[in-house]
Amino acid sequence: MTEIDVNKLANAKAKGKRPYFFDDPAVERVLSITMAVATELAVTRERLDTVERLLEDGVPVTKANIDSYRPDDDAAQERQQWHADYISRILRIVHQELEAIENESLNEDSEKLADKYAAA
Amino acid sequence: MANTLPPTFDRTGRHALTPAVDHDELARFNFLTNLNVHLGQQVSPGNRSAYEKRVKPAFKKAAGRDPETRQDLRKAMRNDPYYQFWAALRRNTMEQRQQSGRHVVLRQLDDLIGKAKSFNDGKDTLKIDGQMKVPRYLARVDNHCMPGSYYTEVVADDILAGANYETGLFVTTAGSMSSKGDGGGRAIVNFVKKSFADFKPKRILDLGAGIGVNTLPLADAFPEAEVFAVDAGAPMVRWGHARAQAMGYDNVKFIHADGDNLDFEHGSFDWIQTTMFWHETSTTAIQSMMKKMFDLLAPGGLFLNVEQPNFKPDTPLYDQFTRDWDAWYNNEPFWSKLHVMDVFELVKNAGFDPRKLFDGGTEADIEQGQFQPWSSTLSRHKHELKDSGDVKHNQYKGERWYLYGGWK
Ligand SMILES: C[S@@+](CC[C@H](N)C(=O)[O-])C[C@H]1O[C@@H](n2cnc3c(N)ncnc32)[C@H](O)[C@@H]1O
Repeated sequence: MTEIDVNKLANAKAKGKRPYFFDDPAVERVLSITMAVATELAVTRERLDTVERLLEDGVPVTKANIDSYRPDDDAAQERQQWHADYISRILRIVHQELEAIENESLNEDSEKLADKYAAA
Repeated sequence: MANTLPPTFDRTGRHALTPAVDHDELARFNFLTNLNVHLGQQVSPGNRSAYEKRVKPAFKKAAGRDPETRQDLRKAMRNDPYYQFWAALRRNTMEQRQQSGRHVVLRQLDDLIGKAKSFNDGKDTLKIDGQMKVPRYLARVDNHCMPGSYYTEVVADDILAGANYETGLFVTTAGSMSSKGDGGGRAIVNFVKKSFADFKPKRILDLGAGIGVNTLPLADAFPEAEVFAVDAGAPMVRWGHARAQAMGYDNVKFIHADGDNLDFEHGSFDWIQTTMFWHETSTTAIQSMMKKMFDLLAPGGLFLNVEQPNFKPDTPLYDQFTRDWDAWYNNEPFWSKLHVMDVFELVKNAGFDPRKLFDGGTEADIEQGQFQPWSSTLSRHKHELKDSGDVKHNQYKGERWYLYGGWK
């Protein structure tokens, strides 16, 4: 048995200076942690889905049964749809930003709106 | 196509060596695959709006001219908050994929090494060169954010790089390479069978074959041929050989070697193949290795390469910028150099007759099951092939590929 530090090796950094895209790299570090947590929630949710399906089928909910569970085509489709919906929910702000870029009329400043349309 | 969903990770092909994946690991791969799909299909296209609506006008205002080079464009985009978000998410997803794939393999490393050894030990179809010097350019870069690259050995008889490559391929390509990850190899076979129906190679060399995912379809297509998969990464070669044996291939030899320093007879191959190889090598290495490949080919032999098509004078700046992205931000620096090279010049300079060169595009063999409708919906090569002009895109056909090469 070779002694290795699994977590340390799994986390190893790739060579080369890491590019940070945000003006403040601290924001990106927090985003990275947020996405990791979001990943783990999705993992837990998929596990919960498996537990529900095992219960529904009257299969004992054991760790072994959870690990060996394989969704049939319909279940797989439903679970992938859940991921797609979930990702869409957590990235809402990004999509709204894009809408604002593409549609100027969504960008009017509320503070100026009352004056601008006073006579409307 | 916003509603097309990728297959789940459990649909990928299995063999005797496939790492065990527990429920949570599987779910993590599913999430990351879906995230890749979302970023590719729904977030990335917005970069273009950001460019047209605000980055380009702002550049023009400041510089008094339009962006003229892809470098101009890249610098200007770096300041855009929408692009920043997409790029940060994309980079981070890649890092997460590496971490999760490595963790799966590392937690069962001893077991996997033992299994690989049971397929590898005593076989004359595997050659590992303990003295091989890792090419300098390869040693400088951890390609696509893969810590330790293809060649690093964490323990004796290591297979980590190879097993991680196979495990994560589905996530990286969002399932678009088919269940065995061999979409490229099957596309090559389709092209060769269709274009050169009489071609019956007896000895085939696949240079930079990695774990041989795309080599095995060549062995399928020409079962009588002796097939050599050569790679500079020992963990790739060990894993690739064990995997091929586990899958029942006994006509494929796996050789650990530097392509610039091969120990084969002059003129001893009928077909030399490279698949997504040259973009990870340096300019000097390309020039030198192409000459060596010319030398290794028998007269009448085929030299065939699969890559992204290079930029043409009329490739729009914005497309150049997106296609260069991996070079700068996914640790693929040599790609940017290759993008602006003339591949025909390279092949000619290696010794090939200019009249015997060709290029073309091809579609992957279509696979049944859930991979069928999916296999091409997310293709990083798709828009590039549209550029190359000679293949019409059909979104229900497999991944499309660009090939070029020549006959000796
Ligand atoms: C992107 S991978 C492509 C793998 C494979 N052709 C496929 O389609 O999956 C590039 C491979 O080239 C190998 N490589 C890079 N430089 C090499 C060299 N000088 N000699 C042999 N292999 C090399 C790397 O180790 C890596 O496995």
